[in-house]
Amino acid sequence: MSETKEKTSADATNGSPKPTSPNADLKLDFASFWEYSSAPESSDFVEINEKYNHFINGEFVEPEKGRYMKSINPASEEILTEFAEGTSEDVDKAVQAARKAYNKTWSKLSGRERGKYLYRIARMIQERSRELAITETMDGGKPIRESRDVDVPLAAAHFFYYAGWADKLEYAFPGRKPEPLGVCGQIIPWNFPLLMLAWKIAPALATGNTVVLKPAETTPITALKFAEICSDAGLPDGVVNIVTGAGQTGSAIVNHQGVDKIAFTGSTEVGKIIQKSLAGTYKKYTLELGGKGPNIVFEDAPIDQTVEGIINAIFFNQGHVCCAGSRLLIQEGISERLIQKLKDRMETLIVGDPLDKNTDIGAINSKAQFEKINEYLEIGVNEGAEIYQSKCDLPENGYFCRPTIFTGVGQSNRIVREEIFGPVLTIQTFRTPDEAIEKANNTPYGLASGIWTDKGSKIFKVGQKVRSGVMWSNTYNKFDPTSPFGGYKESGIGREGGLHGLYPYVKLN
Amino acid sequence: MNKVSLPDFNQTIPIDQIGVEERVARLNSRSIKKESKVQGLKLALSMIDLTTLEGKDSEGKVIQLCSKAKKPYAPMPDLPTVAAVCVYPNMVSTAKKALNGSNINVASVATAFPSGMAKLQVKLDDTKFAVEQGADEVDMVISRGEFLKGNFSFVFDEIAAVKEACGDAHLKVILETGELETYENVRKASDIAMHAGADFIKTSTGKVSPAATQPVTLVMLEAIRDFYRETGKMIGMKPAGGIRKAKQALQYLVLVKETLGADWLTPDYFRFGASSLANDLLMQIVKQETGVYQSSNYFSND
Repeated sequence: MSETKEKTSADATNGSPKPTSPNADLKLDFASFWEYSSAPESSDFVEINEKYNHFINGEFVEPEKGRYMKSINPASEEILTEFAEGTSEDVDKAVQAARKAYNKTWSKLSGRERGKYLYRIARMIQERSRELAITETMDGGKPIRESRDVDVPLAAAHFFYYAGWADKLEYAFPGRKPEPLGVCGQIIPWNFPLLMLAWKIAPALATGNTVVLKPAETTPITALKFAEICSDAGLPDGVVNIVTGAGQTGSAIVNHQGVDKIAFTGSTEVGKIIQKSLAGTYKKYTLELGGKGPNIVFEDAPIDQTVEGIINAIFFNQGHVCCAGSRLLIQEGISERLIQKLKDRMETLIVGDPLDKNTDIGAINSKAQFEKINEYLEIGVNEGAEIYQSKCDLPENGYFCRPTIFTGVGQSNRIVREEIFGPVLTIQTFRTPDEAIEKANNTPYGLASGIWTDKGSKIFKVGQKVRSGVMWSNTYNKFDPTSPFGGYKESGIGREGGLHGLYPYVKLN
Repeated sequence: MNKVSLPDFNQTIPIDQIGVEERVARLNSRSIKKESKVQGLKLALSMIDLTTLEGKDSEGKVIQLCSKAKKPYAPMPDLPTVAAVCVYPNMVSTAKKALNGSNINVASVATAFPSGMAKLQVKLDDTKFAVEQGADEVDMVISRGEFLKGNFSFVFDEIAAVKEACGDAHLKVILETGELETYENVRKASDIAMHAGADFIKTSTGKVSPAATQPVTLVMLEAIRDFYRETGKMIGMKPAGGIRKAKQALQYLVLVKETLGADWLTPDYFRFGASSLANDLLMQIVKQETGVYQSSNYFSND
């Protein structure tokens, strides 16, 4: 120990350019003693059918062309189920069913009656929460801790919240008369399958619309279980229709003449294609797209809690989060200490079986995404960035990625500019608040950001200048149904959640 | 030995209360099952400072407590013993005698415990008496009034003086976090204690509510981690008061494991100040061995 001290003081007198942390070679050993035994959530009682069909007009129907796709468990690469591949014929059938339901029943029901159905659905999600959480984890690879504590409870909360609005819409828009749009086409991503379904369906139904929804092709199962819930809840036939499939199916929904509104959550690339297809049509749309969230840490930040926030910002759901804080901006004075602490914390992250209750980071959602992330890791290294990964063991099968940080990166690097959508964080430093704001805004995206400081006035000063739909202060990745969510710039158009989330689903007269 | 310059204790290290509590909640969601549970329960048992600190303590009471310390549960002779027995200074020689031949330490509170409202010389005499009587460890209290007044150098000097009076005995410094109230105060008091020479920092006397809590413990563990990074010196941690259940004990161990790592998971660096915790640990250990819970009548109350 005394040797270490002498060495560092010698370094300092030799005029090293900046002070180095005195004991960077001191190691904290998180692994060698008292390992947690495995604690897997039992999936025995969860029934996943061998084959799933479309849910159209209140019943499960086979696809017109008879083609099926496979959904795998990304943690084991085993096939979980087969599901229908939707064609334009299937979509047409679903849109017609939705139109019929809209005209005949749903638009005629009072808000109070619609609210009753939504409350019922919310309660049934709660009743089946364990099953839904396990299914979500098996199909998508996210850790059970998150599907159990975040995805499913929040999905139920969204239905409860919008159920409350159903009979109070005239108070939401004082002096105006809100009317539903008709049939809504909704396309959701694979990162939060059930939660994104709730974000889309709950406000649509509350305002009196009917829906045709397409879940992502890697994670369709919870949407189909939700169809069972609609059925069990006695929701009138055709109010909710679920058509499964990949991009082509989505395209058929977007381009269908009978759809009045499109709600899409997914990549900016696809968002642009959708916006082009919708240009010049009467269809309303909301797009919630990609992000490259800046997470700004000032030197007066509560440092240990900030480390935790950085972990939540980038490693939550394997980094498959559009609002992830994937660009860390640290004020120079504390960057070395903070990075040291971050590395220590990364060593305690448990990567592995998503069904294990102690797992922090589960499986990458699909092979394609896994390959994309690995490609970016390579790009980062080739760009000259310094890579650091935690030393945890990875399971033999399945798509797993170690939590990764890149230091020594610049604003011009691809890993800083492009959305990776994985557990990969880039770290840059800044000197002044203006520099932080400039770097934060120097991106085509603008979905979410974070700020860490002990000083309240700084939060508001910086917060006003960072162009992003959400800014979290001294926390990250917090969601609530009452809070609007959406992007600036290429991160999207329109807001979901809260009172603002009602606007995209109504005409105001 | 120490070339580290003293921090300016007038500066406050910011700590976010909500962040601390969220971190604890997340650590509490760790699921400790099977072998890791058994291992954790036995580890916790070996870390207990079995404590009696009452005005009505007598030699008879202390002797009985010591026999419990040596052999917590007769049907399972292979169980670890507790780490230490913690008593008032005038009971030290009794405890020392009763524990003769075992590896169990005698810890003594001192320095006008629990309030610390006495002048320095009284505190030093109290400490020296405990050490002379044979205490291996001394648990002192800081002057909370002086701390809250901002008189940090007074607190520092007092700890340093008591440390000197301890000689070879280990010094645990009780912050009485329930009276400091904010996490920022807890952090500052931890830093003062460690820089002044504490071998352990300890949450509470057990006489003030709230006593030990997990968030307070986490803040102190993080202070220990920063001190280690700065000086290379490992400081121990002792939450005391209010820890009664085995499940709580396991949660504390998770805090230690994921904040400081394996090196601190030993009675040399982590202790529980508790008395009723021992029996709940024993009950859970027996449950793990036999598969059924025993009646509390089968476990001795001392």
